[in-house]
Amino acid sequence: MRTKKSSLAWLMDLLIPLVALAVLVLFNLIRDPEFFRVTIEWSEGNPRLDGNLISIIDSASELAIIAMGMTLVTASCGGQDISVGTVGAIAGAIFVQTLVRMGPISVLTVIGALLVCCLGTILFKLFNGTLVAVFKIQPMIATLVLYSCGRDIGYMINGSATEELASPVIRAIGIRIPGVPVSTPFLLVVLVGLLLFLFFRLTNIRLYTQAVGVNQGAARLNGIQPTLIKLLSFVILGICVAVAAVIGVARMGTLTPKTLLADIEMDAILAVAIGGNSLGGGKFRLSGSVLGAYIIQMLTTTLQNMGVGSEHIRAYKAIAIIIIVTAGSPVIKSWFTAMKNKRSASADAASLKGVG
Amino acid sequence: MTVQKAKTLTGKKEPLSNTMLLMLVSIGIFIAMYAAAVIFNAKGFRNPKMFFDLLNENSMLIIIACSLTVVMIGGGINISVAGVVSLTCMVDALYLQKSAVASPFLNILISLGIALGIGLAFGAFQGFLISHLEIQPFIVTLAGMILARGLTTIVSPGGKPVDVNASGAVTAMWDARINIPWFTEVTEKVKLGKVTQTVVSTDLEIGTLVALLVLVLVFLLLRYAKLGRNIYAIGGNQQSAMMLGINVKRTRFISYVISGLLSGLAGFIFLMHAPSAKTTVAARGEMDAIAASIIGGTLLTGGVGNVFGTFFGVMILATITKIIGLSDVNESFWQNIASGAMLGLFIMLQSVILSVRGKGKIHLPEWLKFIKPKGDPISPAK
Repeated sequence: MRTKKSSLAWLMDLLIPLVALAVLVLFNLIRDPEFFRVTIEWSEGNPRLDGNLISIIDSASELAIIAMGMTLVTASCGGQDISVGTVGAIAGAIFVQTLVRMGPISVLTVIGALLVCCLGTILFKLFNGTLVAVFKIQPMIATLVLYSCGRDIGYMINGSATEELASPVIRAIGIRIPGVPVSTPFLLVVLVGLLLFLFFRLTNIRLYTQAVGVNQGAARLNGIQPTLIKLLSFVILGICVAVAAVIGVARMGTLTPKTLLADIEMDAILAVAIGGNSLGGGKFRLSGSVLGAYIIQMLTTTLQNMGVGSEHIRAYKAIAIIIIVTAGSPVIKSWFTAMKNKRSASADAASLKGVG
Repeated sequence: MTVQKAKTLTGKKEPLSNTMLLMLVSIGIFIAMYAAAVIFNAKGFRNPKMFFDLLNENSMLIIIACSLTVVMIGGGINISVAGVVSLTCMVDALYLQKSAVASPFLNILISLGIALGIGLAFGAFQGFLISHLEIQPFIVTLAGMILARGLTTIVSPGGKPVDVNASGAVTAMWDARINIPWFTEVTEKVKLGKVTQTVVSTDLEIGTLVALLVLVLVFLLLRYAKLGRNIYAIGGNQQSAMMLGINVKRTRFISYVISGLLSGLAGFIFLMHAPSAKTTVAARGEMDAIAASIIGGTLLTGGVGNVFGTFFGVMILATITKIIGLSDVNESFWQNIASGAMLGLFIMLQSVILSVRGKGKIHLPEWLKFIKPKGDPISPAK
């Protein structure tokens, strides 16, 4: 009985995002089954998949990666980092400038630039993390500093020049590797997800993070260092931001600090919340956040396919989000549980009667 | 808490509440910064007109920061304030542009009614979702912000700005501003034998007066009204507030309604100040308002805060922007970086002061204690 329950626990945790996804899929099926058509196209002898689903999976990549890091910060600090988009602009600037200085673009230089870029974002995130963990400032306020000036720092690093990164390597990162039908950004999401999964499987960090999020004092008394755990979550977020920024730059083939990863912080927080994670810290589920990211992107694509203009999409998106979070609200949830209990109670009573 | 009480009874030492301390810090920072600006005479700061300009330009921000402080003291947050401002601004502008009513007074009343109605709708809806359905306030108001901004672009004619300069209502409001006579500057220029006078008058706009009135009213509400004390209580500790018999749900709901109403009012005031509505009105205003509240000593965790502190938070932010905007720094990105750095510095300073105080190393001088509130908010040192 117990094993059965625990094996189904993850399903219960992911109930809201899964139901939301199911409703979206159902809605699209009724509206236009063509929405789900996936075709294989051949361009220059290379196969590539095409269709709405593929474009959803592809364009939600940055959001999914950042949502994973955001989940960790949310879980350990009980607050959100609102500077991910602006630090992403800094990361993009560092990446582009390092790449340009390193000479001709090759796989090696790209990896080198990515490492430098990771280092840079980790430093910036450590600044945020220090404010949160050492100075005990609320995360939203601590990250407000970089939120308000991050893009300007990115602009300062990048200068006014817009470098065109025309290289097959960059195209391979941003679009797809020749011969592989799936887009590279999606593969990177899988890679980052896998690495994080292994990291949490092989270490106790998951438990520690949740412990710090639930009760910092108790965690400290049990020998966990809350400061270190919080800083670690910010470091992981930094790496996520760097990867997302490199994807963003590679996708466009050029850098514009003003628009790179614009408004992604709010979407990332939404993804975390839709994924069933508490924004107050504590227990977390990375898969929920990734699902949340794809739900948001699917919503956007559905609205676009329905002919809603890009300017107006936000209002409809907001309404859909309100419906999703209302459906997942504690009151509605407990109402459902009460209904279920009532049913099972009456069933029990019926069976008792039968026995009697 | 008991130790504090005991000390108060014996009349020896009255420790300042954290709210007051943080507010005093923000007042001190503001005075220091303004004094520095006056001493170094960063263009025009020696002129008293500058102070009134700061007030006039930031009347909208003062109101939305106040509304945010109320919600934050109750342990929530409202990100939708600036979105509601942009929406009310746009709707009011469209109304004034197309209004068939001739009387400016009636127009003002109607557009004020529209603004308050929109604010009330947003506040009540969000308040209901947060208090009765117990959804996280951040997410609800974030969705509210996206909704308000989206509605603004839908309502606006093709995303173009709406100008209401010619509207009678705006002119009436503009004419009604209060001139402060002893700061009026008259400069005379002699050109080709002709004496031309340029009069630079120092004014206080009606909107600014309303903003200051709102400030005082909210202060009185929070300090003396039962509702205000209840808001402090639910922000400090929801559980114990419930045990005291406070209707937590209703109090939280009302705090969001107040916030929504004030946001609507702020939108109206902003339209009267800058008689044109764009889709980008109050862009990032929510973050400015949150920053102002925090700098003024309100804690995001709830139960601690003071609207006068928030006022000084707004003034600090405005002064930073003004100083950097007026100085010889040409490139705009340096402005933002500098104001970001200053913000970070203040936040750290606050944290350091609070932690040092926790260890008992700071003893405030006797003369600072007269500002201590009679009833300490139901919030122990956080």
